[in-house]
Amino acid sequence: MVLNVLRSVVGLLLLVQASLASAALSIEIIGAGEHQIPVAIVPFGGDENLSQSINAVIVGDLKRSGLFRLVDPIGKSPHQLADVSYPDWQVRGADALVIGTVAVQPNGRIEANFRLLDVVKQAQLVGQSVSANSDQMRAVGHRIADLIYQKLTGDQGVFSTRIAYVNRQGKKHYSLIVADSDGYNEQNVLEQSEPIMSPAWSPDGSHLAYVSFETGHAVVYVQSLYTSRRVVLADFRGSNSAPAWSPDGKHLAIALARDGSTQIYLVKSDGSGLRRITFSGAIDTEPNFSPDGQTLLFTSDRGGSPQIYSMPVAGGPAQRLTYGDGNNFSPHYSPDGKSFVYTHFIDGKFYIATQDFQSGQVELLTLGGWEKNPSFAPNGKLILFASEARGRGILATVSSDGRVQEHMFTQSGDARVPVWGPHL
Amino acid sequence: MKKILFSIVLANLLVACASEKPKEPEAVAPAPAVEAPAPAPAPAPVVVVDPLNDPTSILAKRSVYFPFDVSAVQEADKPIVEAHGKYLSEHPDRKVRVEGNADERGSNEYNLALGQRRADSVKKMLILSGAMASQIETVSYGEEKPVCTEHNEACWKQNRRSDIKYQ
Repeated sequence: MVLNVLRSVVGLLLLVQASLASAALSIEIIGAGEHQIPVAIVPFGGDENLSQSINAVIVGDLKRSGLFRLVDPIGKSPHQLADVSYPDWQVRGADALVIGTVAVQPNGRIEANFRLLDVVKQAQLVGQSVSANSDQMRAVGHRIADLIYQKLTGDQGVFSTRIAYVNRQGKKHYSLIVADSDGYNEQNVLEQSEPIMSPAWSPDGSHLAYVSFETGHAVVYVQSLYTSRRVVLADFRGSNSAPAWSPDGKHLAIALARDGSTQIYLVKSDGSGLRRITFSGAIDTEPNFSPDGQTLLFTSDRGGSPQIYSMPVAGGPAQRLTYGDGNNFSPHYSPDGKSFVYTHFIDGKFYIATQDFQSGQVELLTLGGWEKNPSFAPNGKLILFASEARGRGILATVSSDGRVQEHMFTQSGDARVPVWGPHL
Repeated sequence: MKKILFSIVLANLLVACASEKPKEPEAVAPAPAVEAPAPAPAPAPVVVVDPLNDPTSILAKRSVYFPFDVSAVQEADKPIVEAHGKYLSEHPDRKVRVEGNADERGSNEYNLALGQRRADSVKKMLILSGAMASQIETVSYGEEKPVCTEHNEACWKQNRRSDIKYQ
């Protein structure tokens, strides 16, 4: 586990080479989970001396997941195990307690030592040190929140993962942005006057594929987040779009209009070995690989309206998965491959929906509005999507049970086409 | 069609006028010692009008519009596309870029494909009307470059559009 932490921190340090974009963001949380774990987080000793409160990051992460109820620690501030009096926390109804200290070390690194305590059993669940460069204070908070989340829920946390989206300011300013899972720590990957679409993370989180109109039409690029170096993946006549990575990172599925109607093709990640795999003559687009790499979900209007289909990556007949009234778009597999999330459009509204493969059961997770481009967090517990509030495009998350929604407002402009990145 | 005929006739007249324009006296010829005649009533400025630049020509219309999730050129807009196809056939040196767009009621990627199909259907009709495929490039902007950004039909119908742009 310590090794994992170190590796992640290194990854984050490399990412920071990209230029820092404006950081301010505001967040609203709507709804609450059914079985929230009451947890008290005591501000760490030394937290008040930091330019960025680590505790605020941890509290924000845990709240956003919808799985925790934050118990107010007011009046008590133990930082060491010896200072903890369990009855203090039992009377407040906390099942878990987080204490610790944080300080900037002589070498400039920030180091937090924290403990997660089981108040009921009066035992330590986690005791760990997490460190990073001092410009990565939020990363320290996210890592601690991940460790708490994992211990208390049994699922891997996703607070240290990153998201990508496009920010549009007016008609002539587009930025491809990579940010922390809470929307903070934004970094510009690409900034230009022409539209950018459809960012897609490589499975190892090192590259983004995306669509850019900078040459006058839609072209697919693959760009390294470490070196900013990029290659043209597909630039044929007409639109080149909808990149999706295979789970092994060796191939991408893309949608090309070069042979007439938009169809799906496979291509190696260096742009070689192009091979067409759909032959419908209708629109086939938005491919997405199953976690085992064997099946593709995609959107097609071959049946007369845009619906979700699946087909073997190796080729073969497609199977229609969505029926009924309305149009359906943008399928993304859940990480366990048991369901998929997509956009359902009916009566002028977009909804975020999931469908279970085995039962075929459909669940609408949102109340409807201008909601598009859903993708799962790598632990399958949250879904990130584009929404709209107060006349602006915003990022939003909803828990996969639909109980908790969060809205993230960027400082300005419209946030569009978000996608959740992998575990680093 | 009447408009096209009229503008072609007009253009021919203008060309005719232009060719009858008196030539500049040659430098070697001595100016005749006669008083210049009083200038004729000021004629309309004499220029060769490319029907493409004639605001009264159907060729001045460069956009065609589509119903929701439809990419076939509508009856009402066919004369526009046909006129451009004919013009391109008569001007093989001219090239156009057909840009397809969609309203926002679909996914970004589906709309990119839909916009492509709208551009391609205009291209097909241009070719049927005499243009060569090599004169036409198609691109799609999907829903990425809306001319109108509100969530209502008045806006959406402006965005469901193919533009014929001369290069």
